[in-house]
Amino acid sequence: MARLPPLLDRTPVLATLLILPAAVLVGGLLAFPLTLGVLLGFKDATIGEPGSFIGLDNYRYLITDPVLRITALNTALYTLVTLVFKLALGLALALVLNQRFTGYRFWRSVLLLPYVVPTVLSAFAWWWIFDPQFSFISWALVKLGLLDHNLDFLGNPWLARGSLMVANIWRGIPFFTVGYLAGLQAIPNELHEAARIDGARDWQIFWQITWVLLLPLTTILTIFSAIFTFTDFQLVWTITRGGPANATHLFVTLAYQRAIAGGAMGEGAAIAGFTLPFLAVLAWAALDALRRQP
Amino acid sequence: MQFLGRKICVPAGSLREFRSAMMRPARFNGGRMRKIRRRTVLGWGLGLAAGGSLAQAGKIEPVFKPEKDATLRLLRWSGFVKSDEELWNANTKKFTEATSVPVTVEYITWEDVRPKAALAANLGTGPDIIMGWYDDPHIYPQKLVDVSDVAEGLGKQLGGWYDVARTYGYSKRMKHWIAVPVGGTVECLTYRTGWMKEAGFDQFPKDPSGLLNLAKALKAKGHPVGFALGHAVGDGNNWTHWLLWTFGGKAVEKDNKTIAIAQKPSLDAIEYAKELYAQMVPGVGSWLDPNNNRAFLAGEVSVTNNGISIYYAAKKDFPRIAEDINHAAFPVGPVGRPTELANFTQAFIFNHCRFPNAAKEYIRFMLSAEQAGPWVEAMNGYVTPALKKYQELPVWTKDPKATPFRDGIARMLHNGYAGEPGQQAAAALAEFIVLDMFADATVNGMSAKDAAARAENRLRRIYRG
Repeated sequence: MARLPPLLDRTPVLATLLILPAAVLVGGLLAFPLTLGVLLGFKDATIGEPGSFIGLDNYRYLITDPVLRITALNTALYTLVTLVFKLALGLALALVLNQRFTGYRFWRSVLLLPYVVPTVLSAFAWWWIFDPQFSFISWALVKLGLLDHNLDFLGNPWLARGSLMVANIWRGIPFFTVGYLAGLQAIPNELHEAARIDGARDWQIFWQITWVLLLPLTTILTIFSAIFTFTDFQLVWTITRGGPANATHLFVTLAYQRAIAGGAMGEGAAIAGFTLPFLAVLAWAALDALRRQP
Repeated sequence: MQFLGRKICVPAGSLREFRSAMMRPARFNGGRMRKIRRRTVLGWGLGLAAGGSLAQAGKIEPVFKPEKDATLRLLRWSGFVKSDEELWNANTKKFTEATSVPVTVEYITWEDVRPKAALAANLGTGPDIIMGWYDDPHIYPQKLVDVSDVAEGLGKQLGGWYDVARTYGYSKRMKHWIAVPVGGTVECLTYRTGWMKEAGFDQFPKDPSGLLNLAKALKAKGHPVGFALGHAVGDGNNWTHWLLWTFGGKAVEKDNKTIAIAQKPSLDAIEYAKELYAQMVPGVGSWLDPNNNRAFLAGEVSVTNNGISIYYAAKKDFPRIAEDINHAAFPVGPVGRPTELANFTQAFIFNHCRFPNAAKEYIRFMLSAEQAGPWVEAMNGYVTPALKKYQELPVWTKDPKATPFRDGIARMLHNGYAGEPGQQAAAALAEFIVLDMFADATVNGMSAKDAAARAENRLRRIYRG
């Protein structure tokens, strides 16, 4: 066997060499642009001019901007509310699909559909479902005599927020279900059987055994889903473009509207900058949770 | 050398070539051109040679002599109608045959052109020519080739540019043309004649109060009007700018600094919008660009603002509705002159283009009568050219319902009026400032003053020194 040159025999040297490709990739493709992005947030750059350094001016303006405030509220609500529903419904579906029943394999694959369909396409479908004139939901409710007019799903700010959340929940459930399905199958059956012999009821088994054993997984699923939801763009952009009157913007769509469409690169970068602390906390929590995994 | 009183830098002999190019026979692709008779083309008075010479499509001498081994890349918006790209490609092929300059044409969704153009401007690489929208060239005028010779040559040849086209193409900062205007997707009020008559109106109203009365009468008959108040980039921005301007309102004064949105004319316009909103079909608060087309064709609304596309869609699929459809220019309010806004497109060449002469020649070639005439005809009036001569094209009169679209460019004001086209005006439009002001006051029930104050705040930021 060929011996390594003596220099490579030394651990620090070899370790550095081995880690270098990954470091270059992560540094060049992630850290470097991210740093540039953060720096851009301190400039008054527009799409045609590099701009000059203006310190915290963008941030100072943005905290007084009513649109940014409503955007922060939207992003928080959008993330929290949808997470609760995605988790609960995803877990419920996983529990059902964990049973052996006729055609369970088929239903498991069907369940993945919302996640597999490109978001832009499903967003278009939701856009039709929420159409003020041609929504089949409105149509059905009117035909059934439960309503005398169409629902204005996307024209009323609160209804619009709710509608977007429904679309997001629909798309996000499979992420939890698939995760939980894997988690459920990893729980040894003996634990359930032992509990049953001790006279535990189904409900008790779920809370005291299944749920407890799923907790570490829940943390990870929740954090990752929170990151995806927090940075969601396609659903909102396709269905409302942040309207009516900026009532449904999330940080990312507002940043896009101002920086890319409107050309205010510096300000757009600052808006994206507002997401960094939240994302940093979430990322740290995710890493921490992964480290604690047995 | 002097040309139209300006010093221009064209190769020696070019002016002669320019003139003689106008005298040269048109080269029409026989198959595609069946809609235009030769006689109508001759009727343009362009001095096109008659008879057999039409068939002898010899090699055209270029006005701007392309560089050796030149190649070009054009990025443009994908066609709103299929025939657009077919004709554009055919004309491009003719250009390549005539000049041996290969041109790659890339089509992307119209809203994606701006970010891509900005990227090309910032990186100094990418497409040589871009057909962009509105203020695009004014965002990075220093990065564009001076196209004064092309613009002024075409203007002289084809009846001159509409004023608004000059504003879009000429940079006051650079003191030359930075883009060659192509045209606009003009919008008109599309309405159902039968329902209008049923509501007691023989003619479409010519002023805003007439429009409001018509809307009320139509609603009483169960046929409400509908205008987009969601973030509809085209339809929403267009009708709300018309409304603001027709009452004498404006975002910014002529100095391009003083914000004027919260003044009385704007407040009047907002109050009017509130009244009109009460007559609209429910749900306009979320309308994006396609919504009004669908609602109109489904018979849910009686009047809306749109390009000619609704009419052609109806002709294809709902002939009885098409018969009932007609178009009218937007009414004229207290300012006493038309104040419309339409998506406006123009072609510009980046400094990084290695073959600027080839690029100029391509733009000149594509916008010349022999190419642009058939192109505009084939689009059935979806794009109204920015050169006055093209109003003589048969497309505007062979179906009288298309005529109101003919003069759309003449009725337009530029984006950012009364200020200058540029980054600020582009930002204000992209952020829907005017549109959202009206949406805040109507859909969200804000007072006119509060809605205007919110718009004013944002405009202050955009137009800050």
